[in-house]
Amino acid sequence: MSMQTQVEPNVVEGTKKDKSRFLKIIQSLLKSKTGFIGFFIVLTVVFVGVFANYLAPHDYAQTNVDNRLMPPFWMEGGSPEHILGTDNLGRDVLSRIIIGSRVSLLVGVSSVIVAGFIGLVLGLISGYYGKWIDQVIMRLVDSFLAIPNILFMLIFLAVIGPSLASIIIVLGFTTWVVYARMVRSETLSVKERDYVKSARAVGASDFIIIRRYILPNIISSFIVIATLNVATTIILESSLSFLGLGIQPPEVSWGLMLSDGRDYLATSWWVATFPGLAITITVLGIIFLGDWLRDVLDPKIK
Amino acid sequence: MTTALKKPSRKVLMEVRGLKKHFEIKKGTFKKEIVEVKAVDGVDFEIYEGETLGIVGESGCGKSTTGEMLLGLLKPTEGTVKFMGKDLTKLNKKELREIRKDIQVIFQDPYSSLNPRMTVEQIIGEPLQLHTSMSKQEIREEVIRLMKVVGLNEEQLKRYPHEFSGGQRQRIGIARALALKPKLIICDEPVSALDVSIQAQILNLLKKLQKEFNLTLVFIAHGLPAVRHISDRIAVMYLGKIVEIAERDELFANPKHPYTEALLSSIPVDHPRLRRKREPLKGDLPNPANPPGGCPFHTRCPYAQEICKTSAPELKDYHEGHLAACHFPIE
Repeated sequence: MSMQTQVEPNVVEGTKKDKSRFLKIIQSLLKSKTGFIGFFIVLTVVFVGVFANYLAPHDYAQTNVDNRLMPPFWMEGGSPEHILGTDNLGRDVLSRIIIGSRVSLLVGVSSVIVAGFIGLVLGLISGYYGKWIDQVIMRLVDSFLAIPNILFMLIFLAVIGPSLASIIIVLGFTTWVVYARMVRSETLSVKERDYVKSARAVGASDFIIIRRYILPNIISSFIVIATLNVATTIILESSLSFLGLGIQPPEVSWGLMLSDGRDYLATSWWVATFPGLAITITVLGIIFLGDWLRDVLDPKIK
Repeated sequence: MTTALKKPSRKVLMEVRGLKKHFEIKKGTFKKEIVEVKAVDGVDFEIYEGETLGIVGESGCGKSTTGEMLLGLLKPTEGTVKFMGKDLTKLNKKELREIRKDIQVIFQDPYSSLNPRMTVEQIIGEPLQLHTSMSKQEIREEVIRLMKVVGLNEEQLKRYPHEFSGGQRQRIGIARALALKPKLIICDEPVSALDVSIQAQILNLLKKLQKEFNLTLVFIAHGLPAVRHISDRIAVMYLGKIVEIAERDELFANPKHPYTEALLSSIPVDHPRLRRKREPLKGDLPNPANPPGGCPFHTRCPYAQEICKTSAPELKDYHEGHLAACHFPIE
């Protein structure tokens, strides 16, 4: 009998194998352009957030009515003292963006983690076990969808009071349904594959099947949705701040700056535009990083 | 091999009695109407130790459902599956997990039956990791040994399934099934998704492994030519029932059931002078949700008479274990 054992030519063996996992990941990060850019952006934002106190040129909360609504330095009336201008109370926009990065990043990422965790667990249980558990969880999801998000958040925050932790929890509890539905539908399709049947045929427990067979095969869509949702959450936080139940001044977040600047958009565009840009760039970085992460986790793409 | 198996010394490894699987499908407005699809509708047979039993039938005849019930992956609606004295249908989850060591499966589609996120080492080593207390190193050595047995290279240990061809993937699947040294392997159309040139390789491999490990095989396929090469006995299924079961050579030489005859006549013959007059089957497989009364085959049978429409024929022994279910068996 002829053996069909030829090594396929497209894979180079040997050198790759000896390298540690960490080195491999760094290597693939350098190879992927978007991954590297994303990594760079996220690293920068995190760095800025951590050292915000040292980086901010001015006190972010200090008002100066004489200098109110001063344009960025390259425009008429601007000064190099306030590179990105000042807001309606004369506070330095650049300093506020630098300080605000902390709250925005923390709220954006943490509430996605909270929501993602709840959604992932409930979605997996719902999709895998089906039957009455599925019914219960899905009706819960439906009821969450039926209540307007803002209303839910307002009631919740009005009861427990606005703080950084409560905002993260509230945002997490209102957005988990998206993940639960996505994870459930992916689980439903993956669990019918033959490889899941083969796992049951060798006697794997439900936990092992979910952990080894289902989770790794749904995680890429999950990562994509999660990274996209960081943006949504940062904006959601801003609407909370707008309603007075988000970050309380003098604390500052990008979302709060965005809603503060809305009133002056026609005359002083920079008040809202720069925090908006900060959100856009950060989110883009996270999405790039997420994209790369998805590819790294998929053995088919190398 | 066949003649040796005919002797009365053969031991029954698995005994299937009155096996039924009915699926409920909800239909109509508000899903009030419940339709029962009788995928498997009363099947009896034995599997003898060391033999290869072929199960043949059209798509939708219930052969794969039968296979899943033999594995204990699907709970039958009725009937028993006795494996070495234990009734699979009465075991709890834990006991079933134990029995997995003895009954394994090879799937049809090697592209969907291997987890794309696991390496070959993980795929083949998983059953060992689940059922034995072997160390990582011991598992690796055993995996390498198994890979050699099925004709794979040791260097491919860390590869992922997508880096392999269909035939190689099927070898991985076979190695995984072999890992726990099972007594019975259910092969659910293991070659029908492969290229013709690869099919023979995989069949030969299975035959070789059967001898080497003293395996009993159940070989499910949709056509007779596919099982001819490998089976000792063949069961022909139609609409959830076994219509004929016999030793391979006996079945090919003297088919009793008109359906078997039709299947045989549909096999292409390579020599012009050997060509028989073909009797192609008319019509489609009836809907299993609404099977015809009497003999299920009467709607397509060239010899059907009045009695076939009203009374269903029983499986009868015509000649030393050659069973057929027909009112007018072919002489």
